[in-house]
Amino acid sequence: MITGKEYVKDLVKRGIRDDGRDFSEFRQPLKVEYGISGKAAEGSAQVTIGDTVVIAGVKLETGTPYPDTPDEGTLMVNVELTPLSSPEYESGPPVIDAIELARVVDRGIRESHSLNFGKLCIEAEKKMWIVCVDIYTINAAGNLFDACALAALAALKDARFPAFDGEKIDYRTRTETPLPLERLPVACTVWRVSGKLLVDPTRDEELASDARLTVAFDDDGNICAMQKGGNSPVSEQEVDSIVDISSQKAGMLREVL
Amino acid sequence: MKYTERFDGRKFDELRPVSAEVGVVKNALGSAKFAIGKSVAIAAVYGPRELHPRFKQNPETGMLRCTYNMVAFSGSGNRVRPGPSRRSKEISLVTTEALAPVLDLTEFPKAAVDVFIELIQTDAGTRCAGICAASLAIADAGFPMKDLVAAVSCGIVGDTPVLDLNYDEEAYEGGAVDIPVAMMPRKEQITLLQLDGKLTKEQLKAALKLAKKGCKDLYEVQRAALRAKYQGERR
Repeated sequence: MITGKEYVKDLVKRGIRDDGRDFSEFRQPLKVEYGISGKAAEGSAQVTIGDTVVIAGVKLETGTPYPDTPDEGTLMVNVELTPLSSPEYESGPPVIDAIELARVVDRGIRESHSLNFGKLCIEAEKKMWIVCVDIYTINAAGNLFDACALAALAALKDARFPAFDGEKIDYRTRTETPLPLERLPVACTVWRVSGKLLVDPTRDEELASDARLTVAFDDDGNICAMQKGGNSPVSEQEVDSIVDISSQKAGMLREVL
Repeated sequence: MKYTERFDGRKFDELRPVSAEVGVVKNALGSAKFAIGKSVAIAAVYGPRELHPRFKQNPETGMLRCTYNMVAFSGSGNRVRPGPSRRSKEISLVTTEALAPVLDLTEFPKAAVDVFIELIQTDAGTRCAGICAASLAIADAGFPMKDLVAAVSCGIVGDTPVLDLNYDEEAYEGGAVDIPVAMMPRKEQITLLQLDGKLTKEQLKAALKLAKKGCKDLYEVQRAALRAKYQGERR
């Protein structure tokens, strides 16, 4: 009997995708909508890649700087794989996939020094801004890594500081001041199915895949984060090819922002 | 204290701007987005599917389970911590009870029908917005229903009966009573009724009359949303 997984593998082996796309082609529509929760969140956005839809929102809070970085603010990224978005997800504490997603998105932003943490410090050792990015899946239909990374960036770009008098935040009054977002680290994930490399998988293609590599690039084309996933190894040669493919696709994704 | 003119200029029996759309979550059997004022809810239906834990299975009928959740950035104040709270659990319960009367799940013994509701932006009246979205999602999923369910809050602001309180009215310094109501609009049966505040019997009557009018208005919006997707389709 041919299962969905075997069917997809067999197709890809023959150089075909079920929806007729090239291996390096993203699904359409590919779009970012800003301000989907504009009256509540300090910044928000919705990303659509084919059937996959995710939303992200930014809330700003104040807190005490960490002892090892007394003159910096900080970032917190959280991903919720909602049971609303797929029959595969259940209610309950974050599953490991959600934690991995959140950490990869977090690293892309943190390690590219996109957010100027120094400018998020209000008073050294006393007070800092905490930038909370929460990402929710609305329809999980493959390629959540790229969708979540893009949504987080878009929400950060959309965010404006609330009024703050040094003591209390007035969330109902928004200023014109954007976050100190100095770079845009865009991530693209390449998946291997039947020995071939492809981007923007459907959920069926993900299930048929044995390895993936996410690569994030900053504005100058430098690599700023990576994450290999899947149970099988990848060769050095494959890493080279993947970096080439993802660098090209990241440029395309950057234009959507 | 006299409340003679509404903060947002509405008439006392007027809803905030309402919009509804069905079929917004492709993975789900049925789904809907419902917005009233600045409150926005998305609901999706999955099932009938196996119910866990098993001891909760009912051999006579399927079971409806609704889950209400506010996303972390949905409030205009602090970030809402993810995960269920006592509040969200109670709202999930009363939402389930508000919708159960229109459904007959005897065709699906032992199974569960799950409705997940996410509030992506909130400004008062969120449980009612969630119920309106959920009712549309269940209809979109194609379950046989005795009626739709429409929900809106009514109440007293100052001493004036009003329909569909917004956040500023709920926080009115002269005092406000908030009464979320869900109704089967055609059968005129009440399926959700909560109240907090203090009011006279006459005021309650006046407020409920407004809620009934509001639910009938919402019913038309819900029907239009379903028609927009299904008009022209034949079974």
